[in-house]
Amino acid sequence: MGIKETVSNAYSAWMESDGLDGDIAISCRVRIARNLKGYPFPHLLDQEKAGEIINTVQPVLESEFMLEKAGKFEVTRMVELSPVERQILVEKHLISPDLLQKHEKKAVALREDEVLSVMINEEDHLRIQCLLPGLQLKKAWELVDRVDDGLENTVDFAFSEKYGYLTACPTNAGTGLRASVMLHLPGLVLLDQVRGIFASMSKLGFAVRGLYGEGTEALGNLFQVSNQVTMGHSEQEVINSLVSVAGQLMLQERMARKVLLRERREQLQDRVGRSYGILKHARIISSEESMRRLSDLKMGLDLGLTEGTQPGQLIELMIMTRPAFLLQEKQRELTPLQRDVLRADLIRKSLNQGVK
Amino acid sequence: MLCERCQERPATVHYTEVINNKQRKMNLCEICAGQVQAEGLGFLPQMNLHNFLAGFWNQMPGAQQFTPQAREDVKCQVCNMPESLLAQKGLLGCGDCYQHFGDRLDPLMKRIHGSCNHTGKVPARTGGHIRSVKQIEALRGQLRDAVTAEEFEKAAKLRDQIKQLEQEL
Repeated sequence: MGIKETVSNAYSAWMESDGLDGDIAISCRVRIARNLKGYPFPHLLDQEKAGEIINTVQPVLESEFMLEKAGKFEVTRMVELSPVERQILVEKHLISPDLLQKHEKKAVALREDEVLSVMINEEDHLRIQCLLPGLQLKKAWELVDRVDDGLENTVDFAFSEKYGYLTACPTNAGTGLRASVMLHLPGLVLLDQVRGIFASMSKLGFAVRGLYGEGTEALGNLFQVSNQVTMGHSEQEVINSLVSVAGQLMLQERMARKVLLRERREQLQDRVGRSYGILKHARIISSEESMRRLSDLKMGLDLGLTEGTQPGQLIELMIMTRPAFLLQEKQRELTPLQRDVLRADLIRKSLNQGVK
Repeated sequence: MLCERCQERPATVHYTEVINNKQRKMNLCEICAGQVQAEGLGFLPQMNLHNFLAGFWNQMPGAQQFTPQAREDVKCQVCNMPESLLAQKGLLGCGDCYQHFGDRLDPLMKRIHGSCNHTGKVPARTGGHIRSVKQIEALRGQLRDAVTAEEFEKAAKLRDQIKQLEQEL
C-alpha cells in the first residue's frame, strides 16, 4: 500500500476494534526521538542540510536489513504531497501537526500497514512511532525498538552516557520516549469524574488531554494519557507504569458504566437510541455533534444496549468526518454547510449499510 | 472557504491589517482572527512549553541575565548556537550543546525530570562500554533482590554473569 492509498482511505490498522481492551482503550502509541550525530538539530538546519538528513536516513529505512528487522518502509518528502493529503496524515495520527510547518525540509517514512512511521526533521531528526489498536504498549515499544536498532546499525546517533539520547528539547532527552494511550471515557464524563481523576494522574507523572478538543474540552470523550518524564526511568519502567495507570482508568470507566446501567438505564438507553437515530437520519451534522453522537453510540454498543454496527466502524467514522477528510472526498473547497451535509451523508450511508 | 491560517475551520472573519501603509488582507476563522489581532497588539501570551523552559534557563544560578547590557554571549563551539538564543527558544542547538552547557543543564534536567542521569536504552553499536557498565549495574540490582528474597541459586547465576561482564570490560 503506497502513501496515496494511505491518504485516500480513512481506515488505519490502529482503528481495529478487536485490539486488547478495545472497548475503552482505542489505541496506543509509542514514539522515540533520535538525532544524528554531527548535525545541528532541525530548527537550525537550512534546506540543504535538512536534505542531507533525509538522504542519509532514506536508504537505511528502505534497506534489506530494515526489511528483515521491522518491515517495508516508504519514504515520502512532504513536498510530494498536497496540503490536504498532509492534513489527512495528521487526522489519521500518522504524523504530527508540526511536520506541516516548513514542510519543504521534512519527510515521513510509513510502513506498509501504517503501524510504524518515522517523521524526519520534525523537532528532532527522527521521531519513530508505532500506533496499535487497544492497549498493546509493550508490543508497540518492541516494534519501535526494532526500527531504532535497524537505524542504529549504520547511523550514528547523538548519545551521551550521562544524558542518554540527546534531543532538541531537554524535556525529551534521555530515553526520548513518549508513550500514550487513547481512552474512550464517556462513563466518567457522564458522572463528572474526569477532572478529579486527571488531577491525580498529573501527580503521578502522567499528562492527560482531550483529543482533537481545544484546551480541556474533549471531542467524542476521547482522552490521551501520556508519560511526562523521559530521564531517570528505563523504557520498560515507563511502559509498565503507563500500562498500569491505563488499566486503573479502564477499571474506573467500567465501574462508572456499571453504575450508569444500574441507576440510569433508561436515560442511558434513551441517549444511545437518540444518537443512533440522529446519526442514521440527519441530513446536516456538525463535526462537534457527530463526534458526540458517535461516542454515545460506541458506548451503547460496548454495553450491549444497541447493535447493528461495529465499534471499529465508529472510530473510522470519527476520522472520516474530520474537515480535511471531507475535503479530500470532494476534491474541492466546501462551505461549512456543504461540509455538514457531506458529513451527515457519509455517516448515514455507513450506518444504514449495517455491519460491514 | 477554509481559514488560511489553520486550514481547519471555516473562514468567517475577513481581516485587514494596515502597518506602515502596507495593507494585508486575510480570511480567517474566529479563533485565528483573535490570535492574529492579539499578536498585532503585541499581546500574545508566551505560555508554550519552550517559553517556560527558556524562563527556567534564565533563572538558573550562573545563567546570564540578558539585560540590554548583557555580557558577551557564550556560544556552543560546534553549532555556534548562542546561549541567548537558547534562553529565548528553550531548544538546544545540537548534541554537543549538552556537553557545552552541561553544568547549567543539570539543575534544569532535575527540575523537568527529577533526575539528570539516563538509565534506559544504550545504542548497541556505539554504546559498547557504557552498555556493559549499565548491564552490570542492572544485574547488581537483581542480585541484591535475589539475596533479599533468599533465592540463592538465582543469586549465584547473577554473580557469575556479573563476573564475566567485568572481565570483558
